[in-house]
Amino acid sequence: MSVLTMRADFDAIAQWIAPDSSLLDLGCGDGAFLEYIHRLKNVHSYGVEISDERVLACIAKGLNVIQQDLEAGLALFADHSFDMVVLSQTLQTIHETESILREIVRVGKECVISFPNFAHWSHRLGIFFGRMPVSKSLPYDWFNTPNVRVLTIADFEALASKIGLQIIDRVVLHDGKVVHFGANLFGSLAIYRVKSA
Amino acid sequence: MSGLHSVSHSIEFTQALPLKSGAVIQSYLLKVQTYGTLNANQSNAVLICHALNASHHVAGLDEKTGELGWWDNMIGPGKPVDTDAFFVIGVNNLGSCFGSTGPMSIDPKTQQPYGSAFPLVTVEDWVESQARLADYFGIKRFAAVMGGSLGGMQALAWSTMYPARVAHCIVIASAANLSAQNIAFNEIARNAIMSDPDFYAGNYYAHQTRPRRGLRVARMVGHITYLSNDDMAEKFGRELRRAPGAPNTYNFNFDTEFEVESYLRYQGDKFANYFDANSYLLITRALDYFDPAREFDGHLSKALAGVQAKFLLISFTTDWRFAPERSREIVKALLDNKRTISYAEIDAPHGHDAFLLDDLRYHGVVRAYFHNMLQDLQ
Repeated sequence: MSVLTMRADFDAIAQWIAPDSSLLDLGCGDGAFLEYIHRLKNVHSYGVEISDERVLACIAKGLNVIQQDLEAGLALFADHSFDMVVLSQTLQTIHETESILREIVRVGKECVISFPNFAHWSHRLGIFFGRMPVSKSLPYDWFNTPNVRVLTIADFEALASKIGLQIIDRVVLHDGKVVHFGANLFGSLAIYRVKSA
Repeated sequence: MSGLHSVSHSIEFTQALPLKSGAVIQSYLLKVQTYGTLNANQSNAVLICHALNASHHVAGLDEKTGELGWWDNMIGPGKPVDTDAFFVIGVNNLGSCFGSTGPMSIDPKTQQPYGSAFPLVTVEDWVESQARLADYFGIKRFAAVMGGSLGGMQALAWSTMYPARVAHCIVIASAANLSAQNIAFNEIARNAIMSDPDFYAGNYYAHQTRPRRGLRVARMVGHITYLSNDDMAEKFGRELRRAPGAPNTYNFNFDTEFEVESYLRYQGDKFANYFDANSYLLITRALDYFDPAREFDGHLSKALAGVQAKFLLISFTTDWRFAPERSREIVKALLDNKRTISYAEIDAPHGHDAFLLDDLRYHGVVRAYFHNMLQDLQ
């Protein structure tokens, strides 16, 4: 098992996925989550990934993977054709934020969205001292980050409400542990279960 | 890695083959080349479907011609399609001109070459003729049916016509039908051939000639569409064709001035010497006619509803003859049917030709896919 399969949000996401359901993992990377969830829940799944290397890694694992840029939308996928669409730590890498959010709730009966919370206190402290934060959840320098959007829990919830996403569930984590109070201050990773309102 | 174990076969089929057009071929011969060894339960066979101008000779060195197989970088011992593990079958399509029955063959009724009397065969007819080939080898189900371009269309047709006989279907740089632009290019090619005075309405064999000029133009047009604009710019640019030391100035005539002209003329001449014009007409028409969605009011998803194979699709970003969006139509139809499918879109500069070229990412995907297939077999 690779280090990535230990990623904190996997467990949290898995609890919302029904056995034998259909699943689409957008920005599936090397397929670590798909492999994990397939073993756990026997899902019928596809991944979408843009990088050549990662597509190859998925094919080598015997996973279904479709190579495409998520910025181009999800025209390949029919309305409500998946029980669950997962956008795990990918939202912050996409320019077309609103469009991808609208697309995932079109394609999925339900969706999981996870992203690093920029408002975690350590990030706030970094900014306070005048430097862009580098942390476990935001492990890049400002000049080499693949993230093109930085957002907070409060930001996401405001946008979700604006574009008609209904939040069904929310789990906020820090260092793999659930944060119960002061989510936007003490949480470094936010995971939402949503559907179209 | 062992050597390439390859065997030539000429297989006669005496049961009449009814064609989609309504015509019947009473008997036919298929020229086949096999590589590797069929395993005891006949589960490791891979059928390679060829494109417009290729043949059964997919890999290895042909001792007679000194030429390498057209997909030698893909198929062979230790290659992405590993002949140490798989039994690979290359077959020359019916109606082509490399040994299988076609317009150049003798019509038993007249004892003359068929010429223009050879019936139009379709992609589906090829699949039917190849199904008998599978029976001949005792193969109930192919581990994979694989092809690029027109060969990809054949692989797709295999998956719809014989769903239970294809475990994996690998469709590269292909499409579910030709676009109007594509048909138009084919029409230019056919028109060039048919308007050549040496064509003699397709019966040029009797006149001991062949419509070389027409074939040459047909091939030139084809070649332009197989390359990308960038690829041509890089290969030839505006370079003038000049002998070393000759002044690099215009000659103000219609001889070969530019490098790109020299290349096209060379390719055209080469092709005119080895390819049969009637086969070219027939195969381009088979391309035009292929359209599995046609019987389903244009709904490809419905056309592919019955497929059982697992799919690998690959396209190339600079291929404008069979562009990535055409592959994506097939991907979408398979997704609509919840089929097992992976799709790789390779960012390669070489246009349609990329499917024949060595590319690490492209071959890596095919290698990984076949490697998994092998684990399934064991």
